[in-house]
Amino acid sequence: MDLRELSKDESRGMTIIIKTISRLVLSFILLFGFYIVLYGHLTPGGGFAGGVILAIAYVLLILAFGGKVALSKLNNFWASIWDDLGALAFIVIGFFGITGGYFMTNFIWHGNPGELVSGGIIPLCNIAIAVKVGAAIYAIFIGLSIYGRIVTEEER
Amino acid sequence: MVFMLIGSAIAIETKNMLSAVIAAGAVGFGVSLMFLFLGAPDIAITQVIVEVLSLIILIRTTTYADNRAIEHKIDSFATVTGLIFIGFLVMAAVVAFQDMTPFGEPLMRVSRRYLSGTAAETGAMNAVSGVILDYRAYDTLGETIVLFTSILGAFVIIRKRGKKAIDEHDTEHFGIIE
Repeated sequence: MDLRELSKDESRGMTIIIKTISRLVLSFILLFGFYIVLYGHLTPGGGFAGGVILAIAYVLLILAFGGKVALSKLNNFWASIWDDLGALAFIVIGFFGITGGYFMTNFIWHGNPGELVSGGIIPLCNIAIAVKVGAAIYAIFIGLSIYGRIVTEEER
Repeated sequence: MVFMLIGSAIAIETKNMLSAVIAAGAVGFGVSLMFLFLGAPDIAITQVIVEVLSLIILIRTTTYADNRAIEHKIDSFATVTGLIFIGFLVMAAVVAFQDMTPFGEPLMRVSRRYLSGTAAETGAMNAVSGVILDYRAYDTLGETIVLFTSILGAFVIIRKRGKKAIDEHDTEHFGIIE
């Protein structure tokens, strides 16, 4: 679904001003989220903050364009699946650490401090935590905002 | 600090739900500014983002909800007991604060090792990431599992299948008016 065409449809979501601005800003929010996650071992930030930023991009999609557009991009079922996969990936990385001695060892080559590919398992763990936290918070927001309204409309 | 105290007082005392939520958000941004001044940009970033998200969620949920404040008489016995305990706490705190060393004064052996050896031992420039995902990775794993479990529990409660229509039993016993 193209967001540009959806922003002309005034029947659902907010006004055309908010839709246009959020369509332009959305990619930058996602980019900033990926930056925070991937550079978590070099600059301030990390998996948790980056994951929440990625979730906020989807929350903006829900707020501006209505729930159906966001659910067509990433629905509730796949959000739960990504949540589980993130948590599992973190534990699996920990179990691979047994090859280097004990659970959660930093077993990969550490690299030179300051480069993007460095820090051993730290960037991988950051990515896993970001996927986990982002999907979980998005799922919670769906549950709190969209489901409540669906049920009350059915009751009425 | 004073700003945060005023904000939390407003958040507790105000009758309007929306202004209470906004005051709580202001307190959160004050906390993040304090973290920034203390030299912890990691925590400050996380605090700002989580604050924005919780503000959105709270506004989204409280504007649909019933906004009446709960009126009740003040229980004088509970107030007096609470004041007495607060007095004890303040007295104990005065004694304890006199014995405290200045902020960050005795740099422990472990934290000195963390500060000097993070870049060389883990290969991460950001010392906070190095500590939470290398030295203390097991701790972070536990934290992730706690988050996973709490979100699982919250999702079981708020999912679509779990909600049922409000019936007469609810309105009689819990005073829910819909």
